Amino acid sequence: MKTPAVTGAAEACLEALKAHGFDFFCGVADSTVASLIGELSRDPAGYLSATREDLAVGMASGATLAGRRSAVLMQNSGVGYCLNALTSLNLIYKIPLLLIVGYRGYQGKDAPEHRVMGAHCEALLREVGIEVFVPEPEKLSEAVAQADAVMRERRVPAAILIRPGVL
Amino acid sequence: MTAREAIEITAKRLKDELVICTTGYTCRDMQQASDRPGNFYMIGSMGLAASLGLGIALSKPQAKVVVFDGDGSVLMGLGALPVIGSLSPGNLIHVVFDNGVFASTGNQPTTSGSVSLDRLAVSCGYRQVARAQTPEELAKEWDRIRSGAGPAFLLVKCQPVRQAPAERVRLQPEAITERFREAVHAS
Repeated sequence: MKTPAVTGAAEACLEALKAHGFDFFCGVADSTVASLIGELSRDPAGYLSATREDLAVGMASGATLAGRRSAVLMQNSGVGYCLNALTSLNLIYKIPLLLIVGYRGYQGKDAPEHRVMGAHCEALLREVGIEVFVPEPEKLSEAVAQADAVMRERRVPAAILIRPGVL
Repeated sequence: MTAREAIEITAKRLKDELVICTTGYTCRDMQQASDRPGNFYMIGSMGLAASLGLGIALSKPQAKVVVFDGDGSVLMGLGALPVIGSLSPGNLIHVVFDNGVFASTGNQPTTSGSVSLDRLAVSCGYRQVARAQTPEELAKEWDRIRSGAGPAFLLVKCQPVRQAPAERVRLQPEAITERFREAVHAS
């Protein structure tokens, strides 16, 4: 499902992330956030490829404990894997992370394997107490600022869901 | 040698390392053996101890980071091993206390008996891999890998036992984070 992205959206997103101090990026590949992974890989900030999304949350949590500001990139199919990590590590230990999640199955318009998580990933994250932002393409930097504010105030993860065409 | 004895032996030889303790009795046994600010008691998120240690090791290259893992938990988060091997942090030591059971839930068997975890670590690219089965071997192998380059993997074969569990982790999770962050900052 390819929707043409706004030109320069990934560069602008990375600039916003850096402006808010994010300096540790890892995750599992996803086509919806592929342009940002590409930007990170060409940038000194770098991007570390994990084997599964919950293990990426573990790595990023370790980096946060060591003083970094961490973001985890993934497809929403990985959200289920992450729920135990988020609920029994990040939320109770107060280890903030930024989750940048490709929003497959948005409004049911996607391959069958994405429909159920596409319909419920926002609610699942909100249900356990994670704030979710679903920005329009021109509001992505604003969403980074809002998520960052949540992380600083509540010291918990926040999620930005990226619909196809935003990045 | 039980896992608790192995943890006591290893804890006695620690200096200023940061130590991530996996879910279950590993946390409780380590708290009893040597409660120190550089211990991170990961009471939930089973399977993530090695990944957590990896993130710390990459972010704090001047610190020695030790993961106290179990067989059940390393097998649960097995995908961490090739990532550790490929990123190859020289300051990470991964110790697996392998008693073949999920001890804190009632000694149900794991599948560690049919897996060569040490050979798996070699295959994943750890720079040093060692195995210990007695207290003497554990002390000797710990000292050897502690002084060498990481990532290092030490498989400690332990006997499962039924014994009264050590006390639950006393600190609340937020307090563990605060105390550990200060220890990281100071290291």
